[in-house]
Amino acid sequence: MSQSRHPLFMPLIFVGGLIFGFGLGFSHMARPEVVLNFLQFEDFGLLFVMGGAAVITGIAFGLVPRLFDRAPLTGDTYGRRLKSFDRNVLIGGAIFGVGWGLSGICPGAAYASLGVGNVTILWALAGMFVGAYLQGYWRSQRTASETTPTSAD
Amino acid sequence: MVTELFAPALYESLFPNGISRYAVGGLLVGLGAVVIYLGTAISAGASTFLESTLSYVSDQSRFQQYRGSRDWRIVFTLGIISGAAVYALTFQSGLVSSGLYEAGTTGQLHDIGGFTVWLTDVQPWRLFLGGILVGIGTRIGKGCTSGHGVCGVGSASKTSIVGVITFLIVAIGTAQVVMALGVSP
Repeated sequence: MSQSRHPLFMPLIFVGGLIFGFGLGFSHMARPEVVLNFLQFEDFGLLFVMGGAAVITGIAFGLVPRLFDRAPLTGDTYGRRLKSFDRNVLIGGAIFGVGWGLSGICPGAAYASLGVGNVTILWALAGMFVGAYLQGYWRSQRTASETTPTSAD
Repeated sequence: MVTELFAPALYESLFPNGISRYAVGGLLVGLGAVVIYLGTAISAGASTFLESTLSYVSDQSRFQQYRGSRDWRIVFTLGIISGAAVYALTFQSGLVSSGLYEAGTTGQLHDIGGFTVWLTDVQPWRLFLGGILVGIGTRIGKGCTSGHGVCGVGSASKTSIVGVITFLIVAIGTAQVVMALGVSP
């Protein structure tokens, strides 16, 4: 796919991101305080951000595969690529939940927060890269030790 | 709103800032994901960018699986930042207004040559420590608020629905404990 991409592939990704980011700004989800106010039951409006977004994707993900076969810019089929369920979904979800509840920020909202001028969010972005690196390092080491035979202890 | 007619006090306490800015913003977030899906069949999530970008600087095997998508994920993230900046130039700066947009009272607003920037009051240690946990958790848990919450729930994925319920409940519990301990902002 990366060898011969459609010339409109990158522009479309950018436009999609543009709308996505504008929505995060407009909804105030790019503001950690607003997320914390939701989690602390002071303003339930955030339910409409997640709900509104999921309704739109729900309609599109339901209809598009029935109407069309392949995406015009990649030639890929619209089939559902579902993530498998295992213990990691619960463990990772819980760790993410502690982080989200402590900071009020999630990845997409953090990028958008930078866009609204909130340079302080670089603390959260730096943390996210550190966290992503730590788990990647652990899991890479574990995979390596599983595939190479080690001496018995 | 029906709730407005029946119980204005209840509506006011549940939604002190109304619901229109949240609903309109949410519809746009969904629309952005759908535009990408329509053109490319990709369900884009925001947190994979963290690992795919690390593949530029780290040889750890875990990150190499994202080499094929790392360039467009940077473009997606730049799009998100730019889209939020367009919002900041228009609605946040007061250049454009709408009955659907309710300005907030959180954080600090600073005017820089007609461009209003917004800064959080949440303390850096919370952002950094929370960020580390978000970075670990979203990648182990196979998705974040956009991958599981928007795209996954939209495609009725049971894995994503369980993921969202898990992080939502834990986040509510954490935020309540943090508040009870008197940590603010």
